Formats: sequence, structure tokens, C-alpha cells
Amino acid sequence: MADKETKTNQTVDSLLDTEKTFKDRLAYFGRFLWRDRSGVIGLVVFLIVVFAAVFAPLITSQSPFDQDLRSGKMPPAWKEEGSWEHPFGTDSLGKDIFSRVIYGTRVSLMVGLFGVLIAGILGMLIGAIAGYAGGRLDAAIMGGVNLILSLPYLLFVVFIATVLGRSLLNVILIFGITDAPIFARVTRGEVLRIRESGYVESAISAGARWPTIIFEHIIPNLIGPLITLATFEMSAMIFYEAGLGFLGLSVPPNEYPTWGNMLAAGRKYMTSYPWMAAFPGLAIMFTSLGMNLLGDWLRDVLDPRMRRSRK
Amino acid sequence: MGRYFFSKLIQSLLLLFGVLFLVFMMVRVTGDPAALMMSREASPEQMEAFREEMGFNDPVLVQFKRFMGGAIQGDFGNSLHFKTPALPLVLERLPATVQLASVGMLMAILIGIPIGLVGGFTPGSVMDSFGRLIALIGQSVPNFWLGLMMILYLGVRLGWFPTFGRDQWNSVIMPAFVLGLPVMGQLVRLTRSAVLEIRGEDFVRTAHSKGLEPRTIYIKHVLRNVAIPLISVIGVQFGYMLGGSIYIEAIFSWPGMGGLLEQSIGWRDFPLVQAIAVFTSLIVLMLNLLTDMAYSIIDPRIRYGR
Repeated sequence: MADKETKTNQTVDSLLDTEKTFKDRLAYFGRFLWRDRSGVIGLVVFLIVVFAAVFAPLITSQSPFDQDLRSGKMPPAWKEEGSWEHPFGTDSLGKDIFSRVIYGTRVSLMVGLFGVLIAGILGMLIGAIAGYAGGRLDAAIMGGVNLILSLPYLLFVVFIATVLGRSLLNVILIFGITDAPIFARVTRGEVLRIRESGYVESAISAGARWPTIIFEHIIPNLIGPLITLATFEMSAMIFYEAGLGFLGLSVPPNEYPTWGNMLAAGRKYMTSYPWMAAFPGLAIMFTSLGMNLLGDWLRDVLDPRMRRSRK
Repeated sequence: MGRYFFSKLIQSLLLLFGVLFLVFMMVRVTGDPAALMMSREASPEQMEAFREEMGFNDPVLVQFKRFMGGAIQGDFGNSLHFKTPALPLVLERLPATVQLASVGMLMAILIGIPIGLVGGFTPGSVMDSFGRLIALIGQSVPNFWLGLMMILYLGVRLGWFPTFGRDQWNSVIMPAFVLGLPVMGQLVRLTRSAVLEIRGEDFVRTAHSKGLEPRTIYIKHVLRNVAIPLISVIGVQFGYMLGGSIYIEAIFSWPGMGGLLEQSIGWRDFPLVQAIAVFTSLIVLMLNLLTDMAYSIIDPRIRYGR
């Protein structure tokens, strides 16, 4: 923020030159990213996962669906009986585990992305209304939010999933709706904080109208904390989707490969063929680790107060 | 003081009512509860008889009154699988889950807090990096997967620990560790940041400048204040452990509520699922209430702040 102010004082031209300031900002983020190496790792991991989901057919020539009982239960390539045709080995039906792990990113990312989108939009609306309206409406909304947040989350999700039955859409909806209260709580807190801050007060006293205040002051200041939250929540949703799959409550197993379903299937062969459960678990860990590192970094970089203290 | 507790108690009761309402609505709103509980091969006549028996043909309001009336008396109907009342089945499994969660929490506290304290007092040290690594692992490793891997390597290959059940004294160690690991990571993080924050407070600087011994400062000024956020997290997380032990109990065949939940999902035994959900929520709400009370006793700002 500080360097933006000095720039405003320099020339009016540079203020109008939005492309340049955007580039400057990007460069600033880049420098900051480089200084915090764990952020780089997080970003790279996240990009790898996205790349794997989008370009799955290019990464592996094996189909994730083809069964071949003759080459079933094959160990990974670096074991004695393994072959590089199936780098991570095969499962009990002879499906290629490597390609299933790669294709599995699709369901995980889809659940994470759409789940967070739904939860974010719903939660932002609810939280903004509660924070802006105040009074009884605020109390009623936050009562409901606190009700849901005080429940044991996993149990709650398992219960709903049992009632609704297994499908991709259901999983996305379950996470999207049950996660909205967290976004609502954060949005409300931020709205209250920003509304009472000095710059909004001075904007009001300078005669700014409410659309200006909402679009110029409140929304830009909300984005930082919400993006950070979204990263962590996306990681959590990927995690929980795998958990639901593990219990047999996520996407039906013959529809599309998912990490949770692979774990559930591999669990039966745990002692004799451990690779069947090991690789999907490693994939979950890899993704979750990357997203948590990315979230930590975003929290620092998007919150100017933290940024200053880390210098 | 009394008034604060009273309002918290009323809030908890309202929350409990909300939980019961949610559970009731969820089963009815999403369609035919009979279809949910009966196997797919059931004939229409069987379905109809089941509906009649369970009272699903009555008006919703009548059903709700019956459900609430039963729930208040601890009656959640009969388990479809065992054909006996659901709640005693849940209660029977409670001690095992409480034992698992307690040992897990104890491990998390005994390992997590000291590491966090060292990290907070010596930021950037080797121990601090180690602590941050533990926090990251606790956050990122899927615990159901870690459980499987521990069974394979520590249980089967090395034979250090029993791989299932609750019969031996050391049966609890692996499942409790896996259950406690995320909380351990969280405690490391929280302790570390709380120590860092409080060390920078004015009252600590004042204590230094008036010549107090560092040890007195750490114990009297820093540690007491670090304890406040920790207590709240420990209370809340203990509740989550009781509700979140489902995977771990399933993997380690631990005879607790979580294992029962996993089985009852498989049996489509809805009254039992319902009883577990409501009962666990009740325990969690009570824990939250207790945490709130402990919190306000230790930190007077909360009592008087409002």
C-alpha cells in the first residue's frame, strides 16, 4: 500500500496507467513469493495438480477404466515383478493405478472448486447481509451459522451424505452448503471491521454514497481474507471428499476414479498389495500439503499488516 | 457471572433443539424415509407395512411431536439391524470412543504444546522448524491413510503394536496417535503464535524493565496468557475428535461409536445413525459449554467484556 501512495504523488499519468500498476503489483507478489520459498512450493504443487486434471490423457496413455484381470495386482515398476507399462502397478481388477491417480485429480478439483464457489457465494451473501443489516436479522442469521459450526462437522456431512445417496452433484452440494457458514462468519466479521474503520468513516463524511463505499472500500478489502479462506477450504473439501469416498459415500466407484474410492478398494488388500492404497493416499497428501502452503503464503501476502511484519 | 452461564446454557439448549430439528427434517425432506431404510429389493407391500409400522404415514407435525418427545426421553426408536432400542447401543460404545479421544488428546497436548513453546521462545531454531513441519503434516496427511500405513508398517511388518481391536494395553496407541495428530499440529501452531504475540505485549516489556527475573516473566505473564486460547481449542477439538473418530475406528476395528456409525451406514440402519448423530452432537454441545465456562473463569475479560 505504501508504494502505491508515493506513486500517486509522483504523476497523474502513472495513476491512470492501470496496466503498469497491475504489472508492478504482479512483480511485487512475485518478489514476495520468491522470498517465501514454501509459497513457491505450494504454488508449484497446485499448478501440477491442475495440470494433471486438465491434461490427464496426455500424461498417461493408459485408460483409468480398462480392466485386465491377467495383469491384476501388479506391483509398482521399481519392484521386481513390475513393469513401466503400469508405473504405480495395477489394482485387483487390473486397472492402471497411475492413470487412476492422475484422472482422480479431476473429481477432487471439481469438488473443491465448485464446493468452494457455492460455499463462497452463499456465505458471502449471508455474511454481508448479516454484517450490513445488524440488529435482529444479524442475530438470527448468526445463530443459525453458529448452530452449524458447533456441530461435529464430519458426522454432520456423513449423515447428510447417507440421506442423499452417492453422486458427484450431491457431494458438491453437501460441501457447498455445509461450508457456507464459515464464509458467512468471516465475511460478517470483515464487513463489521471495515465498516467501522477510519477510512470508511472518512469516506462517508466526505460525502461518498453507499455504492461507492461497498464497491470501492468494502469489497476490495474483503477479497484478501476470502481468497485465503477459499484456499484452505478447498484443501479441506478435497480431504473430506476422499474421506467420504473411503466410507463409500462419495461418487459411485464405477463412475469415475476418485482417490477416496481407490483407498476404500485398496484397504481390503492392504497387507498383501499395499501400493493400491498407498498411491491415492500420497496424492491426497501432496495436494493438501501444496494447498496449505499456498494458503499460508496467501494469508501473509494478501494481508498488508502481516506483510509489513514479515519484512 | 451466573447470568453469563445461564445465557450460555439457554443457547446450548436452543442449539440442541436445532440439531434435532435438522436431523428430523433431513430424513423427511429428501423424500421417502422408507426407501432410505429398506433394501432396494423390498416389495411395495413390504414398504407400505414398514411405513405404517414406523409411523411415516402420519402428518409431519404428529411425527415431529413424536420424534421430539422420544428424543427428550432418550428414545430414538429401535435399531433396524439389532431390533433393540438405538440409544443403549450407542451408550455401550461410548467408553471406547472416549478412551480413544482422551489418549489422543493427551498425546497431542504432551507433544504439541512443548514443541510450540520452544518454537515460540526461539523462533527460527531447529526445534521451531521441526514444530512447523509437524503442524504441516498434521494438517495435510489424510488420517485414514496414515492409519492404514501404520497398520502395515508398525503393526504387520514390525509387529510393534496390535493392528486391531482394543484387547491389549497398547492397542490404543496407534489409533490414538492418528486421531491426535491433526490436533497436535494445531496446538504447535497455536502455542507458537500465542507465545510470539504475548512476548511482544506491553506488560511483558514492563515486567522486563522493572527487573523481574525472566523465569518469573515466562511463567507468570506469558504462560498464563498462552493457556487461554489453548483451553478453548482443546475443548472444541476434543468434541471434534469424538465425532471425527469414524475413520480411525473403522480402520482399527475399534469398538466405539465411530465404528458403529460406519457399520450402521452399511446396514442402512437409519435410527441408529440418527441416534449416534444426535448423541454425539449433544456431547459436543456440552463440551463447548464447559469450554466456554472454563474460558470465562480464566479470562475475566470475557465475562465483563460484553
